Amino acid sequence: MPVLHAKPHAPSDDKRWKIVETRMRRMGDRPAALIEALHATQEAFGYLDTDALNFVGDTLGVPHSRVYGVATFYSFFTLKPQGEHTCVVCTGTACYINGAKQILTGLEKGLNVKPKQTTEDGKVSVLTARCVGSCSLAPAVIVDGEVKGKVNVDELVAELGAM
Amino acid sequence: MPAARPIRRRPAAEEEFDGQPRASAYVCEAASCMSAQSHEITQRLNEAVAEAGLTDVTIKRVGCLGLCAAGPLVEIAETAQLFEHVRPDNVAGIVKALGKVKPTDTRQPQGPFFEKQLRVVTENLGRIDPESLDDYLARDGYEALKRVLTEMTSTQVRDEITRSGLRGRGGAGYPAGLKWTTVAKAEGVQKYVVCNADEGDPGAFMDRSVLESDPFRVLEGMTIAAFAVHATEGYIYCRAEYPLAVERLRAAIRLAQRNGYLGTGILDTSFNFDVQIRLGAGAFVCGEETALIASIEGRRGNPRPRPPYPAVSGLWDCPTLINNVESFANVPTILRKGPEWYAQYGIGKSKGTKVFALAGRIVNTGLIEVPMGMTLREIVYDIGGGIIDGRPFKAVQTGGPSGGCIPAQFLDMPVGYESLLEVGSFMGSGGLIVMDDTSCMVDVARYFQDFCRDESCGKCVPCRVGTTQLYMILDQICRGEATMEDLAQMERLAGIIQRTALCGLGQGAPNPIFSTLRYFRDEYLAHIVDRVCPAGVCTITPAEVRS
Repeated sequence: MPVLHAKPHAPSDDKRWKIVETRMRRMGDRPAALIEALHATQEAFGYLDTDALNFVGDTLGVPHSRVYGVATFYSFFTLKPQGEHTCVVCTGTACYINGAKQILTGLEKGLNVKPKQTTEDGKVSVLTARCVGSCSLAPAVIVDGEVKGKVNVDELVAELGAM
Repeated sequence: MPAARPIRRRPAAEEEFDGQPRASAYVCEAASCMSAQSHEITQRLNEAVAEAGLTDVTIKRVGCLGLCAAGPLVEIAETAQLFEHVRPDNVAGIVKALGKVKPTDTRQPQGPFFEKQLRVVTENLGRIDPESLDDYLARDGYEALKRVLTEMTSTQVRDEITRSGLRGRGGAGYPAGLKWTTVAKAEGVQKYVVCNADEGDPGAFMDRSVLESDPFRVLEGMTIAAFAVHATEGYIYCRAEYPLAVERLRAAIRLAQRNGYLGTGILDTSFNFDVQIRLGAGAFVCGEETALIASIEGRRGNPRPRPPYPAVSGLWDCPTLINNVESFANVPTILRKGPEWYAQYGIGKSKGTKVFALAGRIVNTGLIEVPMGMTLREIVYDIGGGIIDGRPFKAVQTGGPSGGCIPAQFLDMPVGYESLLEVGSFMGSGGLIVMDDTSCMVDVARYFQDFCRDESCGKCVPCRVGTTQLYMILDQICRGEATMEDLAQMERLAGIIQRTALCGLGQGAPNPIFSTLRYFRDEYLAHIVDRVCPAGVCTITPAEVRS
């Protein structure tokens, strides 16, 4: 399908927009590229703000409302900036029966932070994942991209608190 | 979720070795062992081998060795000696063992975990470097595709798949041959082949292990399927939560394209087929085929009513063949060894083998493949090594959030699509989660209901509203605040949702409730009547607060 509208300008001069634009262009700037484009944007910037959503929508010819709909439908996308560090708690079945709930309550007690929230000092964001597939290491958490298995709640709280 | 760290390439020195090595150590670099720092072990081993001056020894990274519970794993390929829980300071011992390997050594059996398995889909797991096309070719890779493209017609291919009795391994078990034939006969010039790698069931990691350990096999299966149904384009819809699998798939696609196994004129024939990857974004419902199609098209993953089935009108309204990773991974072996060979395994209408992910309160957590018809007891006790700390077995949960809990009385039941349905569970994609007496079955039902209510896409009312209501009643029961009327209400509601929801997510959501009620009703009654949790998991609201 030919693109009938003028290509919009990126929200800023940030070079990372080039990556996003390339990803979209490679898929022909078509509406079908929406999810890939959101992935590219989140990879580059860490989260999706309104400017980013509008820019992606305008480039692909997708109404802003639909971009917002897609971005909020999929739990992988986040519209808020994350803390300096992230701690993803796996809540898959194997982790659940091995104590994922205790980890979440421990974090809430120790750091006063619930899932999808960031600590007051902006240091640590706590997220949950459906299953990270490290079932043999249950209960597992991912701290800054590194999987930690057979987690001890108190040690984890201490480690995150010291960050 | 933070982005994964990039996969580091092997240093060039390892690749320079030519000739047959006298001894080789295989280091598992699939996700589970990787998260236990197995890559560091590979590096240390390389350094140690170089230091010891062993020139006829290779260190190789391979895919999943299966026994994830004991990771990181290192295997001496010639003797099948397995090193478990390897730490960097154990490296010296492995090098010593490598030095002792003699040319006359043969692979010795390694105990029931490995002996009782039958490896078809997983035959290359832990035996090849996942990013090496040469390794795959050396183990008869692409032999099946060669045969298909040079000796067979598409009808013959579909016929062999039909005769093998292969059924969709994603859960529902729809006969693969029938689906392929429907797509092949559907009208339309453009047709698609889609591989469902959106393995969403919590506790299931079969597809991830196959993609991480043997990605070419999935590509070969898809290419054969494309030839059989006259498709020229394919998509792999993979979870974004599996960065390592995506990385290895991308590498495999690039290599296959460069070497004439994908693209135009495959293997110098007139057949064209190419594959693209699409990333999921954390929506469980996208495992449902119509939702998956919507997601590939860049939309919200809302399912739509069927018919028309995707086989007739799927991706961009074209006929689309959708199978999951394990189904496609079976295809090359079936065409290489013949449908009769495949169909000799299994029980009744469940042919061949099934890959299971063992997890939960079991000793040998890991990935296994067994012939259909093996009993649960053999899987849990012989292969799985029994329950952690020797505690009593309570139930095994199969089929993810649409499945059920199977109690001890059915331990001697052979596992197959039909037998699991009979006892109120579901094959699902193959996650087996073992529970002992520390699990409360009402709490487990609540856990799955919480999952379904959270993952409901919100399109149809029974699922959107119903799963939340079921969750609230279950929560009341867990807190000891429910009455017998609430229980009756919950059962009635669960029946309505099962009959009226739009897609498999909603229709299957009440299953964990039905199966736990069927076999563990006494636990529900204990919560409601006696207001105690027999397993001591639930926090019962004290009587004075309740009133």
